[in-house]
Amino acid sequence: MALPQAAEIHDETTPPAGSQQPAATVLAPNAAGSRMHSRRRWFGDELTLALILPLGLAIGWEAAVSFGLAEGRLMPPPSRIASALHELTVYGDLWRHVWATLWRVLVGFALGAVAGIILGALSGASGLLRNLLDPTLQALRSVPSIAWVPLFILWFGIFETSKVMLIAVGVFFPVYLGVAQGILSVDRKLVEVGRAFRLSRLAMARRILLPAILPETLTALRSGLGLGFMFVVAAEFMGASEGLGYLLVDGQQMGMTDQIVAAIIAFALLGKAADWLLVSLTSPLIRWQDTVRERL
Amino acid sequence: MLTLSHLGKTYADGTRALSDINLEIRTGEIAALIGGSGCGKTTLLRLAAGLDHATGGTISLDGEMISGPHPAVAVVFQEPRLLPWLSVTDNVGFGIDHLPRAERDARIMHALERIGLSDHAGRWPRDLSGGQQQRVAIARALVTRPKLLLLDEPFSALDAFTRASLHGALLDLWEDVRPIVLMVTHDVSEAVTLADRAFVMRARPGRIHDELPITLARPRQQTRTGFEQDVRRLLEALDEARQPPQTEHAAQAAGHWW
Repeated sequence: MALPQAAEIHDETTPPAGSQQPAATVLAPNAAGSRMHSRRRWFGDELTLALILPLGLAIGWEAAVSFGLAEGRLMPPPSRIASALHELTVYGDLWRHVWATLWRVLVGFALGAVAGIILGALSGASGLLRNLLDPTLQALRSVPSIAWVPLFILWFGIFETSKVMLIAVGVFFPVYLGVAQGILSVDRKLVEVGRAFRLSRLAMARRILLPAILPETLTALRSGLGLGFMFVVAAEFMGASEGLGYLLVDGQQMGMTDQIVAAIIAFALLGKAADWLLVSLTSPLIRWQDTVRERL
Repeated sequence: MLTLSHLGKTYADGTRALSDINLEIRTGEIAALIGGSGCGKTTLLRLAAGLDHATGGTISLDGEMISGPHPAVAVVFQEPRLLPWLSVTDNVGFGIDHLPRAERDARIMHALERIGLSDHAGRWPRDLSGGQQQRVAIARALVTRPKLLLLDEPFSALDAFTRASLHGALLDLWEDVRPIVLMVTHDVSEAVTLADRAFVMRARPGRIHDELPITLARPRQQTRTGFEQDVRRLLEALDEARQPPQTEHAAQAAGHWW
């Protein structure tokens, strides 16, 4: 029987709008240019929208303090915050504090993520291990971060180890939960495809389970990183001599509200930059996913 | 030859899905399993695929017992079940990773040309229509050059035009390897279009009710002489299979009456 030509099956050969090809993108130069142009415009529009609220508040507050409508002692105006940030940057202190915080988050994130992936994978893959591990871990998950501080100081001392461990705990739970749930929600029908092709357990994990849980795992890592930045503040409140958390405590003790707000802004920028880096590095791995934009 | 001998399947809750199925399908033959919902067609196919275990009887392919997934058996499911993280090319080549690269690539390209998707080799499954995805699923099964191809209603969710084009794609690919094809279908016309023999099943428990040879020459257009006649024969057999079995007591009573 003759096979119908592809051109005959018009609706079958037309890819859905917005689809991306994994290889050899076939785009006319004009179409590509137009898409690039519209993307730039979209990005510009989005950036403008994102800046309206913070810039509006900043300008409003600056004006209120300048015209004497507010004192600006407890909440300094943007000019004083910028000046504090400038001073911290010029004298090199800011980078030292940023690096100390970043290092703690990175090491804590690495430890928590590795432990979360391993235990999440074990809990997801084995009913026995799930019944053994999950109830305890779920109970521990609801313990507030600050509750661990006294114990960790007694166990690991006041220096770096206790701080890194506290961050690792914060990162661990969302990663554990994401990986375990990811495995449990892998489509049974895809696993059956692997069985029909006689994949070994290892090949099944490598060729079906791992790619299938990658989107959930990356989302979990992203949540973990966010929590890592939250936990580092608690960790640096434990008695640090450097780090953005230390700047907060120091600003409070010295009554320097501009330093406190400068440290908060540095936290926000650092967290956003780390999140952007994680998304940029990992999104190529899940570009096959139809819903990637909604998820990340 | 595929041989099913006294095959039975009873689930843990006591439900008898299949009872005493006996079939012999010759190499190169296309056989259709047809019957109403719940008559055990898919169960039978899953047993032949080695995805479920029979509780009685045996399945053998060229004398070799089938008790689990087997390298000579390929399955096409009701849904395409393509792996979304693999391109069309890698989906087609999923089961032949062990082959040397050149041979693997040649088989994939040949299959893609046969199904009219060589222009879509680098696309993701999400970029294909339902019919195109099912073509890829058929190609994925057939590039392994199986001795037995099992089709579990792979065309049921498609429109009539796409279904007709997929029948052509299937027969084209089948011509390359000429495996035994055992297909489950609800569609009488589809059975007459594709199959050399149709096995009509009846339910509770699932068993073979009738066997009808279909001898029309291929390609089998619906307008061809004899097509309608074969469709009618199959429909009559299906009607009979739907009638409740006559009990011994009822038969005796009827005998006394007359």
